[in-house]
Amino acid sequence: MSKLKLVFGVVAIAFVTLTVVSCKDAKTESSTNSEIGTEEDHSKMNHDNTDGHHDGEKKEMSTSGNGNSQTVLNDYFSLKDALVADDNAKAKGLGATLATTLGKLDISKYTDTQKADLKDIIEDAVEHAEHISESDIAHQREHFKVLSKDITDMVAITGTENTLYQQFCPMYDGGSAWLSMSEDIKNPYYGSKMLKCGKVQKEIN
Amino acid sequence: MKVVKIIAIFLLVVFVGIQFIPTTRNQSDTVPLTDFKLVHNVPETIKKKLQVSCYDCHSNNTQYPWYNKVQPIAWFLENHIKEGKAELNFNEWDSLSTRRKASKLRSIIKQIESGKMPLDSYTLIHKEAKFSEAEATEIINWITQLKDSL
Repeated sequence: MSKLKLVFGVVAIAFVTLTVVSCKDAKTESSTNSEIGTEEDHSKMNHDNTDGHHDGEKKEMSTSGNGNSQTVLNDYFSLKDALVADDNAKAKGLGATLATTLGKLDISKYTDTQKADLKDIIEDAVEHAEHISESDIAHQREHFKVLSKDITDMVAITGTENTLYQQFCPMYDGGSAWLSMSEDIKNPYYGSKMLKCGKVQKEIN
Repeated sequence: MKVVKIIAIFLLVVFVGIQFIPTTRNQSDTVPLTDFKLVHNVPETIKKKLQVSCYDCHSNNTQYPWYNKVQPIAWFLENHIKEGKAELNFNEWDSLSTRRKASKLRSIIKQIESGKMPLDSYTLIHKEAKFSEAEATEIINWITQLKDSL
């Protein structure tokens, strides 16, 4: 008799959990669907903008700071400054910000080869920025090295409004470069430990 | 005493209940042509080490231990494998661009160098997955070479 009860209990539990699980699955499915829907709308909207009012869109971009390579650079420099200041928490936040702005970069005005290159660069850079958003400072700096290379390659395509300085520290990880708005050396790989290590390697206009 | 009994029964019910929640298993019969070991000329010792130490979480095919069917262990494994594959999937290696490959190889080197990979929770059970110092040096040197030749 008690055995029968046990079996009955197990079957009841199985029934309940299976129903709960299947409900949950259905819910997530519908929510992803709606997400895809809004994304599609977004891309459509962007498309309309680029087709019709190109000037208007450009103005809007520089004021709101969306989709512009300059915004990416600004976020990159904020992140660099946080690493210079040994500020792990701030660098985490700025890594997440940079990942978002990178994702929003508008590449529609470039040639097909440039588009392919930029897409590749962005994909790589986003991953490094995401890692920076969730790591300790040593790991953040490892990713910042490759991120810097990505951003430098991006600038080679997009250009820059201001003069940038490519700086180089021969000591960190067999030699590592980064970009800066100022000629002064402030090392993001060592921070206060060796703030002045490095030299200007190249000027980018 | 009664309270303890009720709690024990409750826990038992929960434990039995969660056994019925299905998990997705990471298993595949075919190895795609984009697989790391098919694309690159990997030395035999490194090939074996990659299979044993990395492929359970970083490919489409996991060799599951028997206890994987017991919850909540199955969830724990499922989660690890999902995260591992999102980070790096050796089966889909060749679909990455050169830039992304170089990035991944760099990360592999750093992870092995710092001892973060393979995960401690993995080597705890899979003793053979651990890297000896000599094995780590061998694989790091080879991957560095590969990265520079890309």
